Amino acid sequence: MSSTELTDLGIAAIRDGVRDGSFSAREVAQGFIDRVASAKALNAFLVETPDHALKAADAADAARVSGDLKSMSGVPIGMKDLFCTEGVTTTAASHILGNFVPTYESTVSANLWAAGAGMLGKLNLDQFAMGSSNETSAFGNVISPWRRKDGSNAPLAPGGSSGGSASAIAARLCPAATGTDTGGSIRQPAAFVGISGIKPTYGRCSRWGTVAFASSLDQAGPMARDVRDCAIMLGAMAGFDAKDSTSLELPVPDWDAGLSSNLKGKRIGIPKEYRVDGMPAEIDALWEQGIAFLKDAGAVVVEVSLPHTKYALPAYYIIAPAEASSNLARYDGVRYGLRDLPEGAGLQDMYAATRAAGFGPEVKRRIMIGTYVLSAGFYDAYYTQAQKVRTLISQDFDKAWESCDILLAPTAPSAAFALGEKQADPLAMYLNDVFTVPASLAGLPAMSVPGGLDGQGLPLGLQIIGKALDEQGVLNAGLAIEERAGFTARAAQWW
Amino acid sequence: MSEYRIQGATGEWEVVIGLEVHAQITSKAKLFSGAATDFGAEPNSQVSLVDAAMPGMLPVLNGECVRQAVRTGMAIEAQINAWSRFDRKNYFYADLPQGYQISQLYHPIVGEGRLMISLDEKDADAETKEIGIERIHIEQDAGKLMHDQHPTQSYVDLNRSGVALMEIVSKPDMRSPAEAGAYVKKLRSILRYVGSCDGNMEEGSMRADVNVSVRKPGDAFGTRTETKNVNSVRYVMQTIEIEANRQVDVLEAGGTIVQETRLFDPDKNETRSMRSKEDAHDYRYFPDPDLLPLVLDDQFLADCRASLPELPDAKRRRYEGDLGLTAYAAAVLTAEAETARWFEALMEACGDQAMAKAASNWLISDLFGALNRLGMDIEDSPVSPAQGAELLKLVADGTLSGSLAKQVFEIMLETGDDPAKIVEEKGLKQTSDTGAIESVIAGILDANAEKVAQYKDGKEALFGFFVGQTMKAMQGKANPQVVNELLKKALA
Repeated sequence: MSSTELTDLGIAAIRDGVRDGSFSAREVAQGFIDRVASAKALNAFLVETPDHALKAADAADAARVSGDLKSMSGVPIGMKDLFCTEGVTTTAASHILGNFVPTYESTVSANLWAAGAGMLGKLNLDQFAMGSSNETSAFGNVISPWRRKDGSNAPLAPGGSSGGSASAIAARLCPAATGTDTGGSIRQPAAFVGISGIKPTYGRCSRWGTVAFASSLDQAGPMARDVRDCAIMLGAMAGFDAKDSTSLELPVPDWDAGLSSNLKGKRIGIPKEYRVDGMPAEIDALWEQGIAFLKDAGAVVVEVSLPHTKYALPAYYIIAPAEASSNLARYDGVRYGLRDLPEGAGLQDMYAATRAAGFGPEVKRRIMIGTYVLSAGFYDAYYTQAQKVRTLISQDFDKAWESCDILLAPTAPSAAFALGEKQADPLAMYLNDVFTVPASLAGLPAMSVPGGLDGQGLPLGLQIIGKALDEQGVLNAGLAIEERAGFTARAAQWW
Repeated sequence: MSEYRIQGATGEWEVVIGLEVHAQITSKAKLFSGAATDFGAEPNSQVSLVDAAMPGMLPVLNGECVRQAVRTGMAIEAQINAWSRFDRKNYFYADLPQGYQISQLYHPIVGEGRLMISLDEKDADAETKEIGIERIHIEQDAGKLMHDQHPTQSYVDLNRSGVALMEIVSKPDMRSPAEAGAYVKKLRSILRYVGSCDGNMEEGSMRADVNVSVRKPGDAFGTRTETKNVNSVRYVMQTIEIEANRQVDVLEAGGTIVQETRLFDPDKNETRSMRSKEDAHDYRYFPDPDLLPLVLDDQFLADCRASLPELPDAKRRRYEGDLGLTAYAAAVLTAEAETARWFEALMEACGDQAMAKAASNWLISDLFGALNRLGMDIEDSPVSPAQGAELLKLVADGTLSGSLAKQVFEIMLETGDDPAKIVEEKGLKQTSDTGAIESVIAGILDANAEKVAQYKDGKEALFGFFVGQTMKAMQGKANPQVVNELLKKALA
């Protein structure tokens, strides 16, 4: 097999090929390493770690001989640069971390290495995962491999915050990558570049060693080219971790083995409040198409109501910044990362100078919002209200589960937009999260799978939201759509 | 209780005091990390990734700290909240790596309780007073800044960062420095009994924030000030006296009291303003999203209760009632947990409840006297309870007289040897050999014929002289009772 063909393979195909001896893990790793090296124009990787990938590949090749292959042996992946990786620079795409090199490995990445995966490098993202377009990265925005059909060649946003992961997978720089999802950061970029990604139930993946954005919402998950690959990789990432008090003490199901696209007997809920004003007709059509796919797979479709949906976005943009304002207080120039110590400066001056120089504008905006909503006199009006809304949103879902098993909705209200298009208007940018945020607030598993292309030839994603702990139901519905959508489009290589 | 009043130019003023005591919870590891908590370790040698707030680090609650806080709550008869929660208190300082302290503002683990104080614990008739306790919550301690290591920069030691504290908040129920002093002492005694805090104020494992206001008797509460981190009972009392008088002076000069945080300076004997309410921090408290609510089940609570030791007040009643000790002795023996533990070990080694009085007397006068002289605490006593009991038994069975016992005890203190060995080696055994004593007495009476005559003429006080002479001649080893009897017979 040529190296180009090898880099077209996903997790399951690589795993199986290595096991069967069709090719070596080292060939696979080298193929991806070369592709990563030749795709600087996408700005997807912040750090390349070919040695890490090769070492894991060699271990996989040795394991094949000894019959000791694991679920991801020989699969080289990309690591969102929000996960601390021992001995490898970790930036969260912010200058504030300086040249921080962790002495520890995040639980999620450690789990992946234990499952046999290797690391091609650290992937670019929105700074501290705050953004929906990757334009808030301190190291330049990631560019989507996709282009509009109109010939404008306008560089497109890969979505965010896991935009580096999305772009790299879509451009075949890696077969899969980790993402993190706080309000849609796995699902929206997956939709923008035509790949799959799942945010599991809050607590499935340990947050230990992942740079925190909003603790009560942050959840890691896999991004890959298809549903099966997501199932395999999520199985490797998830698991109870005593070092994270919010980690779920439950066994990890074998989601790969449990995959089935037969949805007979399943009830699919269509939340009527997700039909928002001004939604492009193409998104609506995609949604109808998705409904037809699921009916075809044997499911019954019912309309459901999630009455508090319209309050989800405002509540999210109070709770997430509130937690972030506190979580990011540790970046103060005292112990690690950037320190800006002006001549004759005292402690407060050092804080101010360091944080002014280290944080980007979007991070500063959210710290300011978070500080404001938690301050005396405003706490009840904002934070307490937002928490009440959050409870109501959860109750909406609980109510919906009385009449359905799975919810289907669009992932994002539009296809990928051009870089710079929404940068001037933070509110327009925040609106991108309107369909993804409710599941985040409720801690529910949700995934995006490619559903088709819009008129410009850009991918559109369908979102499946499931009951807490029912990742299997979400993956199965995703598989049913995947099989019927027959999404094979890929971005033409221009880089 | 005590009518403590400040005499001002405009009349009498009453002082109102509330204390927030920060007590370091005794545990091997910190509140949310596995780092050690030993006092006096090399700077930054007991710091985990969590304590240093490295990116992505998360707190995991130490169950032992919860257990100790609950036991403490039970010891002050407080309401234990089966559901509590941790909040973040946000502020920037170099000794606070996370940029927030994990504490419990909204839902503390322990609710209202109470403490009984007495102005003179050793006087059974002294008046007592109940001091209400508002709450106990658990929180993290901060690190320590060191300003003397570099000419222009400060260093930070994070060993203390993340160490578990209980904040024990009293109600404003105290009315005098003496009451506040008694409260701190009683609280410290209970913490030591429970074993939840070593109460060591010099090492900073217990310190108090002192809230003081003044008012004309019968008036509503005045505006209070809070003097931070006062670290001895004496300083607490001094702080109150100085601060209350300062407030009276301000008010009588037509001024108003500003609600503010103050600092006690023992060298200058004054309190100084640290910051006023206007520039007080806005701590932006909110529930810590890294931690789940803390839920205590019935079994855990039952285990906590079962593990509580007998507390000082109950112990004192038992010593008086069952052991027949005086109120004074019972109070002295129970005031500190270590003393009570020592006394009970002594009683156990004696194996006879009838020896309680002798044991109590010996401990309070002989042992305490010796320890005082040596500048030692009872925990470091060179004589063990078992050795003490052996000594007491040698007195009880007549082997040693009181004065011989004192001699043996001195040697025990010096050598650490067992009393039986000392008696054996030094031949300090008391003799009741009537023949030997009679012959000594005969010699003494012969040599002091004049005094014998005086005695017989009615100067009975001379009896002591003969006893002394006899004992001296016998090098203190004669059984005093036998000496008494034989002398009486010889002089009859």
